[in-house]
Amino acid sequence: MCLAIPALVKSINGDEAEAELGGLSLNISIVLTPEVQVGDYVLLHTGYAISVLDEEEAEETLRLFEDMASLEEGLS
Amino acid sequence: MEFCGSHTTSIMKNGLRQLLPPNIRMVSGPGCPVCVTDNADLDKAIALAGVPGVVLLTFGDMMKVPGSRSSLEKARAEGADVRIVYSALNALQIARDTPWRPVVLVGIGFETTAPTIAASLLQAQHEGIENYFVLSLHKVCPPAIQSLLELEGVQLQGLICPGHVSAITGSLAWDFVADRYHVPCVVAGFEPMDILQSINMLVEQVERGESKVEIAYRRGVRREGNPKALELMDMVFEPSEARWRGLGVVPGSGLALREAFARFDAGLVFDIDAGPTMSPAGCICGAILMGVKAPPECRLFGKACTPAAPVGPCMVSSEGSCSAYYLYGEACV
Ligand code: SF4
Repeated sequence: MCLAIPALVKSINGDEAEAELGGLSLNISIVLTPEVQVGDYVLLHTGYAISVLDEEEAEETLRLFEDMASLEEGLS
Repeated sequence: MEFCGSHTTSIMKNGLRQLLPPNIRMVSGPGCPVCVTDNADLDKAIALAGVPGVVLLTFGDMMKVPGSRSSLEKARAEGADVRIVYSALNALQIARDTPWRPVVLVGIGFETTAPTIAASLLQAQHEGIENYFVLSLHKVCPPAIQSLLELEGVQLQGLICPGHVSAITGSLAWDFVADRYHVPCVVAGFEPMDILQSINMLVEQVERGESKVEIAYRRGVRREGNPKALELMDMVFEPSEARWRGLGVVPGSGLALREAFARFDAGLVFDIDAGPTMSPAGCICGAILMGVKAPPECRLFGKACTPAAPVGPCMVSSEGSCSAYYLYGEACV
């Protein structure tokens, strides 16, 4: 129910935006994230962007996951 | 405890329980909006579906949940116009397309969903849409966590806080858990690695004898949350009492429409008689939602109660504990 997935904002038109999600193009509402810009990733929940993803943090997390994965490989 | 049902599902689906050492036990919490919706509220939604002319809209998982005497699915089979929507945007569009019919959205969901419903109501007000109504069964999480922490028999050493609720409320919503109840908190994302990382952070806090709120989901969650979403929510809703399955009445945990939005309030506009409330015999969803019992302890689990023929809501919702244990449980024996 609280599912939210990352989508890439392609263009903005007022409170609405066109976003890409898994190769599909969707119309979404950005009324809850007025700060969003084209090229940002947002967390999409029931057609509304609820948060703008922080790219640096996302990359940092990926790096952390990779570290954890290599640690695991090292253990097995 | 992981509060959120989506965390429970991810834990079960990815077999994370088997990866953990025996001294770490995960307990699922009440963070499944469908599951915690009280039968009396569900009965109201079902009664609304029976009002002549009404188009009743609901998010998918609600359809099959058995109320006291019926379900939305049964009401639809009996001729009511009940439709599944994926967004309040769809709901608003249906209202625009059929201005001669009252369109009622069953508003369920936590802080993640409530701002989207608020936005739809503000839009309806702005456009002068007169046939859009919401039955607000929305709930907010912090008061529920507080009443859970006050319960005897619930001893938590760490709390995985809901990721997408926190995207709205901010991690500061959980400060009281760490400060007042001395329970370490980590806001987590939903990938298996996110969850393992958050468990690790909780264990480190326990080892250091600390209790603070940390964010393991920094890419999506900020300490102050989403101020715009909070502002819209506050414009439309005010705190109210709400009844949670399992927890009972929790003061301040509901979201009622403010007086300025009374004309959109399906609970006020329609005169409905939902009849006396009954609970499914033998179902222990309430205890499961409080983390006091686990699904296999229910004697109906997997026998009289399965996802195909659910007795209680925890087996219906894709993020209900019973459903997660049923679908992915074998891997964890
Ligand atoms: S298994 Fe079914 S009857 Fe038992 S607690 Fe879960 S939902 Fe209720």
